[in-house]
Amino acid sequence: MDKKIRILMAKPGLDGHDRGIKVVARALRDAGMEVVYTGLHQTPEQIVEAAIQEDVDAMGLSILSGAHMALFPKIIDLLKSNNAEDILVTGGGIIPKEDIEELKKMGVSAIFGPGTPTTEIIKYIEENVKN
Amino acid sequence: MFEKDKLEELKKEKKEWEEGSLKKVLDKFAERKDEFMSISDAPIERLYTPEEVEGLDYSEKIGYPGQFPFTRGVQPTMYRGKLWTMRQYAGFGSAEDTNKRYKYLLDQGQTGLSVAFDLPTQMGYDSDHQMALGEVGKCGVSISSLKDMETLFDGIPLDKVSTSMTINSTAAILLAMYIAVAGKQGVPPDKITGTIQNDLLKEYIARGTYIFPPAPSMRIVTDIFDYCSKNVPRWNTISISGYHIREAGSTAAQELAFTLANGMTYVDSAIKKGLDVDKFAPRLSFFFNSHNDFFEEIAKFRAARRIWAKIMAEKFGAKNPKSMMLRFHTQTAGCSLTAQQPYNNIIRTTLEALSAVLGGTQSLHTNSMDEAFALPSEESVKVALRTQQVIGFESGVANTIDPLAGSYFIEALTDKIEKEVLEYFDQIEALGGVLAALERGFFHKEIANASYRYQKEVEAAEKIVVGVNKFTTGEETQMNLLKVDPGVQKKQEDQIKALKEERDNKKVEELLGGIRQAAKGDDNLIPYITEAVKEYATLGEICDVLRDVFGEYKEQTVF
Repeated sequence: MDKKIRILMAKPGLDGHDRGIKVVARALRDAGMEVVYTGLHQTPEQIVEAAIQEDVDAMGLSILSGAHMALFPKIIDLLKSNNAEDILVTGGGIIPKEDIEELKKMGVSAIFGPGTPTTEIIKYIEENVKN
Repeated sequence: MFEKDKLEELKKEKKEWEEGSLKKVLDKFAERKDEFMSISDAPIERLYTPEEVEGLDYSEKIGYPGQFPFTRGVQPTMYRGKLWTMRQYAGFGSAEDTNKRYKYLLDQGQTGLSVAFDLPTQMGYDSDHQMALGEVGKCGVSISSLKDMETLFDGIPLDKVSTSMTINSTAAILLAMYIAVAGKQGVPPDKITGTIQNDLLKEYIARGTYIFPPAPSMRIVTDIFDYCSKNVPRWNTISISGYHIREAGSTAAQELAFTLANGMTYVDSAIKKGLDVDKFAPRLSFFFNSHNDFFEEIAKFRAARRIWAKIMAEKFGAKNPKSMMLRFHTQTAGCSLTAQQPYNNIIRTTLEALSAVLGGTQSLHTNSMDEAFALPSEESVKVALRTQQVIGFESGVANTIDPLAGSYFIEALTDKIEKEVLEYFDQIEALGGVLAALERGFFHKEIANASYRYQKEVEAAEKIVVGVNKFTTGEETQMNLLKVDPGVQKKQEDQIKALKEERDNKKVEELLGGIRQAAKGDDNLIPYITEAVKEYATLGEICDVLRDVFGEYKEQTVF
């Protein structure tokens, strides 16, 4: 039997919008993944520490407050400095297109905007987590 | 509403129609769906007739505008007297940037201000705090001290404009700053008008910008009620909000039930503190979402007024009719906006705004078409405001009061929502009240289940979202989005540094010490906070003291 994919779902920064992340977390769990959700108001340091401690394969970051260009890169840097860059980093939220391109260059693997079906997210994670 | 004999005759006629004309068509052509459901998954019948409202007593359940139970509206003349307040929620970047946007909106005919604060301001952190990284000026204006507040309202006469502030955990501090700015303009506290959101319960349930645990939060809320009833009598001391509960994915009935249950909790807590219900209740106000199921929303607003009036009269013994009136602000549903084909959002917002108006709202914010991408640009805000102006000045819907009353469908739906809400009240009471239900994760579970169900229905195309799961084009629309100046954070940091050098730091220390003592004891906190902000104690400094005394809330993560 394949090992279950472990994914950390996290809310970096002060944003309180958690409808999207909770729906996605549940869909991933229903799809057979082991999902850890951090809850609101997490610093990049807390998120990276949780990802390493929980030994996850991937993470899903949700930001709707506009702070993504400060917080996503910080998380990517912290993963690198902790030798954990093999963790697949994905995200979602209210993120303009040009920022998505920037974030991808920095190492965010995919950004899922409003209206993305959960099935598309599940498929992406399953295909892109390194086994 | 009908005499018994007449009703029997109508029922017979309906049966004949069902077995005759209707059956003939149904035998040949099936309807579009087996079941028709509202967006909240409430079943909707094919046809509503007098039969569905047979028990409805007009005087008891519907009545007249401005009279108990206020189903038809809170004022006797409603929009014939004065249109609703057109109030666009706005704020971004520095106080200077937002001040310019306010002046623009007032020039465009907006009739009240509504302040959006950035998250550090809402969470009690100054712009130079590490938790503020990337958030300064992003989803609202950044306010760290009275200095910023002075800039925000520069050149705006606070005796003429009413201001609504979406602020909760730090509401006491921002209200104190507003009072101080008004004072500097020569406007005394009893002349200012406006609203603070100040609804902490829905922060725990759905919105997430809580700081302290529920008990001290409730204490600050009631301190504000008490202080304002004596000193700022024209201020709405709370806006009990269903908006965020709905955005988090609840149904219409849940939005209403949880909001009104929160409302009862505040009233109860204030009465227990010794306040006279008829002194503070007239200043309570509400805030609802207007989602895109047109009739369901209208029925929700009408049911809200009726339920609240009865609660205040019967449960809390209010005598003043003003204590029984549910006055509310409405915002169209942010969660109904799509990133795909964003111009369609103008249409959605128009329908939602129309529901709010037909439901008798006191003030309204219409969302802008580009908000699935970013904060709205000036151009798209203008279209959103014009939407309200077209409804108010062109469509004719404001010419008569509660025009949908008496519709078999609307009245049946109003009744049904009322019934569902009362059932939720029973459930919450059985769990031990709102705070106990919160601890048990009741609200989070209910909302998470409803939002997940909705997502599944959209993905199965059982619910249609135009441009998302039907009529898709794959094209991308280019929009000129608002960009918040990334230099705001640095600018704010420099200003705080300069402020701390020029103010009387010894005095600030003393006043912060006073807040600490008051927080540990029972004194009303507001006068202490008011004195401290006048000496330019920062928002973060005041909150640090309160965090130290009260502790911080940790949420349960239910999904």
